[in-house]
Amino acid sequence: MKTLYGYRRPDGKVGFRNWTLVMPAVACVNHIAALIAKDIPGAVAVHHEVGCAQIGADYRQSLRTLLNTGLNPNVGAVLLVGLGCERVDPRELAEEIAASGKKVGFIVAQELGGTNATIEAGRKIVTDMSEQLAKMHPEEVPLSSIVLGVECGASDFSSSLSSNPVVGYVADTICANGGRAVLSETTEVIGTEEILTKRCASPEIAAKLVDRIKRMVEYSRSEDRDEIEGVAVPNNISPGNVRGGLTTIEEKSLGAISKGGYFCPIVGVVEYAELIGDRPGLWFMDSPGYDPECTTGLMACGSTLVLFTTGLGTPLGNPVTPIIKVTGNRVTAIRMRDDIDIDVSAVLEDGVSLESEAAAMLDTLIDVANGKQTRSEALGYRDFGITRIGPRL
Amino acid sequence: MKRGLIMNKLDNVATVLDDVAAEETVTIRGLPSIVEISTLEEIPRGHKIALVDIPVGMDVVKYGFAIGYALTDIPKGSYVHVHNVGSKRTEE
Repeated sequence: MKTLYGYRRPDGKVGFRNWTLVMPAVACVNHIAALIAKDIPGAVAVHHEVGCAQIGADYRQSLRTLLNTGLNPNVGAVLLVGLGCERVDPRELAEEIAASGKKVGFIVAQELGGTNATIEAGRKIVTDMSEQLAKMHPEEVPLSSIVLGVECGASDFSSSLSSNPVVGYVADTICANGGRAVLSETTEVIGTEEILTKRCASPEIAAKLVDRIKRMVEYSRSEDRDEIEGVAVPNNISPGNVRGGLTTIEEKSLGAISKGGYFCPIVGVVEYAELIGDRPGLWFMDSPGYDPECTTGLMACGSTLVLFTTGLGTPLGNPVTPIIKVTGNRVTAIRMRDDIDIDVSAVLEDGVSLESEAAAMLDTLIDVANGKQTRSEALGYRDFGITRIGPRL
Repeated sequence: MKRGLIMNKLDNVATVLDDVAAEETVTIRGLPSIVEISTLEEIPRGHKIALVDIPVGMDVVKYGFAIGYALTDIPKGSYVHVHNVGSKRTEE
């Protein structure tokens, strides 16, 4: 196996990128944050739609996502950018992130006197932070330091027959070596309760998982079904899934869960964007299947790398965590080659074994951890979306 | 040769890996012996074919698990998809 290198943070966690993150406390200063980070090597800005006019569980979820994004080990330093009147308090958020030992700063546009003054002040801080981080040297770290998010999007028949099982073997390998993997997309485990609960490390974990699935089933039944070519299709699978050959949510789920591996125990269930615990094994994060929101949640819950399988092809990326795109469909591997990192179509087309594709995938995963850019990183994708519970005020 | 793949020996459907027309032979691998099935109708690449007659109401099985149930009698060699399969987890 190749040697793995990472950045060890003051709290002991290991990251595989070394970002200076520019985080708006509220959507109103998204543009300021983007201009602060622009063209500064090692700096990246998040663009989001929250920070104010939310209440209750919805607000807490947004706040948790912003906080845990700042805490992700791929981030070395953070600048919080506030407007000054928003509900999210950039000072508080900065303090909570700084408790991890990271360098954190904050600036407030209404205090500094508008866009240009804020950008100028912000660029000074971020340039300094990035220069400091650039002096860090990645150190050799064990495989157990990986937190691997697994996700599928734009699935078709090939996802369940090849790319998901290959990713599952990699997830099992990481968990078996003392690392952690995170499975999510509650919609896409509907119908697999029998299989997943048997893998849960305790009855309490199994009960929590079943409860979250039940909630998603009820929600997906609460609206009328869509029609595709005259046939009413289930709400919980997409039109592309149906065109790609997936018939029911049970079929999609049975294929989808294989990316969470086969034998490693499920050691915990967390809420959307809630930090997973230290226990090695497979974690489950309750989330929608919607790709940008799911990958954002996976990153915020602590994933430092994501393997993302796609049958039809999708370009999605993330500002903090590298998203490695895998397809098992040869047509997609060719047509969507701009966006695909790993092609495992030899499984279906040439009879290559899942095991040998998994060994090659682990090598690529380590290459990306060690700094090789993913396609979505190279193309500049910075997708960040927080799922919503309630209406905006 | 038109190819198909079965995922589990309990399955009554397989995935076709090539576009197939009606009355074509699909060679299905994934079982100890290779099975050949003649199609009754056109089936797009990546979609499913019935390996046996599936009576109305019976489970449609893939990966060894029910992925839904037959909404109509589905004869061997038929195209199996949303027009003739219902989901127990989408309906009441």
